[in-house]
Amino acid sequence: MSLPEKHEPVTADTFLRGLWQENPVFVMLLGMCPVLAVTNSAINALAMGLATTFVLLCSSSLVSLLRKQIPKQVRIATYIIIIATFVTMVDYAIQAISLDLYNALGAFIQLIVVNCIILGRAEAYASKQRLGATLVNGLGMGAGFTIALLCLGAVREILGAGSLFGVQLFSDNFQPWVVMILPPGGFFVLGAWLLVFAWYRQRREQRLAEQAEVTADGR
Amino acid sequence: MNRPATPPAIPAALTVPMLRTLGLVAALSGFLVVLAHHLSLPLIEENKRIAIERALFKVIPGAVTRRDYLLTATGIQPFGETVTDQGMHLYAGYDTEDRLAGVALETAAQGYQDVIRILYSFDPACECIRGIQVLKMAETPGIGDKIAKDPGFLQNFAALDARLDTMGDGLAHAIVSVRNGSKTEPWQIDAISGATISSKAVARMLNDSAQQAAPVIMRHLHVLQTPAGTAP
Repeated sequence: MSLPEKHEPVTADTFLRGLWQENPVFVMLLGMCPVLAVTNSAINALAMGLATTFVLLCSSSLVSLLRKQIPKQVRIATYIIIIATFVTMVDYAIQAISLDLYNALGAFIQLIVVNCIILGRAEAYASKQRLGATLVNGLGMGAGFTIALLCLGAVREILGAGSLFGVQLFSDNFQPWVVMILPPGGFFVLGAWLLVFAWYRQRREQRLAEQAEVTADGR
Repeated sequence: MNRPATPPAIPAALTVPMLRTLGLVAALSGFLVVLAHHLSLPLIEENKRIAIERALFKVIPGAVTRRDYLLTATGIQPFGETVTDQGMHLYAGYDTEDRLAGVALETAAQGYQDVIRILYSFDPACECIRGIQVLKMAETPGIGDKIAKDPGFLQNFAALDARLDTMGDGLAHAIVSVRNGSKTEPWQIDAISGATISSKAVARMLNDSAQQAAPVIMRHLHVLQTPAGTAP
């Protein structure tokens, strides 16, 4: 019915992978829809990141617990029901916390259901791994996603509105770059962050290659 | 002639586990959703009440308490007495001495990006609109969203004329938006330059709502002025 499971031991790498090597936004370029749409302010970005992390953790755990009971023919349908359940719960929770936040996030809360990070984790990881590894990996991925959203949201809010988390940073003489909180600003800032990531990775690889050369020469 | 392709047969032995899994997961899902709904409902209702009161006391100057009414084509009655989909929800605001300070109504119209919903106050004493508060919008930041914050635009609603015509069936002058800087009459709204569509939407929704509601409010003003606790 299914492939034999290869359980992964829980290590620091299980968590850190989501933050860095497999960062869902900056490396895998997944979930671009909320990344571009709700990062017009830091608070929206943080709320979206936390909501997605909660859904990711809960749905991955349940999928991991039920992994032996789910026949593969109905696995996607089952994952979608599980994810939709937790998204509905988050939707109610955000309404209960703040209606302003709920209105600012709009339809993107409900759209977490089709966020490919969550479905991807369920299919590629949670359905094959034990609960512990799934939880740690999901937490890493969620944190990676939240940090990425915050990176975009903070830059866009500072440049586009002259504030961070609603706190005014500059004097009244500052002319906000309104384009930064409009959709094109999302693409600009995402592009800039991807550039930074690519540049850093390239430098690191270069340094490793140079080190390898030095050790090879020294022999 | 091509025969329709038959889908691959699912082994009969799998039907039961499939049904069992989907049934179990669906039941669990239903339970969790209902639980979340029940737990969050009182908090959500409270948030909605706070949001509406915050907006209400901002648009009705001097109001400290509120009473809810239902406004229909035939009259005004306390909200919740009859269950009906017809009519508009009307909020009456009262000052510290329980005198009517003004009424507020919700209205909506299509804006540039999405529907704009606002709360506006109508002052029966001057037959004018005294203020607006945007409840929900998705207008372009920095352009269309000025309808909520721009002091020049909000100045239009310090006393926007909404007098009734001689028959008392509608407004004497329709509320319209005019090009920025060309307002000459008290029933005109000076549009925000660069945000004509959003400004026009505000004028249109105010006109549509006031044309219907203002005549009924003026005709049944005594219902609203009756002090709390006494029968009308």
